[in-house]
Amino acid sequence: MSRIGVVTFPGSLDDADAARAVRLAGAEPVALWHGDHDLAGVDAIVLPGGFSYGDYLRCGAIARFAPIMTEVVAASERGVPVLGICNGFQILCESHLLPGALIRNDHRTFVCRDQVLAVENASTAWTTDFESGQHVTIPLKNGEGSFVADAQTIERLEGEGRVVFRYVGANPNGSVNAIAGITNERGNVVGLMPHPEHAVEELTGPSGGTDGLGLFTSALTALVS
Amino acid sequence: MARIIVDVMPKPEILDPQGKAVHGALPRLGFDGVTDVRQGKRFELQVEDADDHTLAEVERIAGTLLSNPVIEDFTVRVEDAS
Repeated sequence: MSRIGVVTFPGSLDDADAARAVRLAGAEPVALWHGDHDLAGVDAIVLPGGFSYGDYLRCGAIARFAPIMTEVVAASERGVPVLGICNGFQILCESHLLPGALIRNDHRTFVCRDQVLAVENASTAWTTDFESGQHVTIPLKNGEGSFVADAQTIERLEGEGRVVFRYVGANPNGSVNAIAGITNERGNVVGLMPHPEHAVEELTGPSGGTDGLGLFTSALTALVS
Repeated sequence: MARIIVDVMPKPEILDPQGKAVHGALPRLGFDGVTDVRQGKRFELQVEDADDHTLAEVERIAGTLLSNPVIEDFTVRVEDAS
């Protein structure tokens, strides 16, 4: 059985939900600790949502220097699938595993809602179980989810098909080009602001939807192939 | 002992919602003369000696941890001994 690690930082909130999503997808979740230099031999890694280090300094800025991140960066360079959700996305940007940054929502308020997304790239390690152009509904909850990058970086991301998810309808936070999630050149590292781990069961998913499960089952497909 | 000041500001082209919120509050308090507000951060670093080596180190600290070069600019200066 594939083993997917979920890193817990001080202030992580959604590590338990992420581990649950991994289990529902059919893999074995492995709890990883921010202070360890040890990935326990996992096949893929999830950086979960929350408020690591209380969002002090900048979201993800201190978590980036946690001991485990040295190992996460090295693993990502070997092609190991890495998924950053919300605060995990912010950590990936601060670590320079993904370009750009997440700043405070343009309307200055926390947003919490079921968000429709378009899957723009269905060939990353985390999205092969979707169709390109498919719409999915996934909960979005953040105060600092506005994706920004310089014009050149945006042009590259768009030109190379590295925008993985885009908000459909009203832009919820002022993200450039309504970008909700991106990937690295290799397609093994993906970060997104919405929370797929909250849309994996009929009882608790948005309108009974389980659209989020596809990210986790995609990783399993990537690991088996 | 010496004190080194690092000022971090959002880049001019980056939206600053916090500064905007502060600016928006001013007219409600009766202050009408301010045309814009940008909000940044100030760090005070206490060091043994603000020599060239330490200043170079603080530059590195400012560029790696205290600021994110994607969205922020920083300046480093030694505070005048008072």
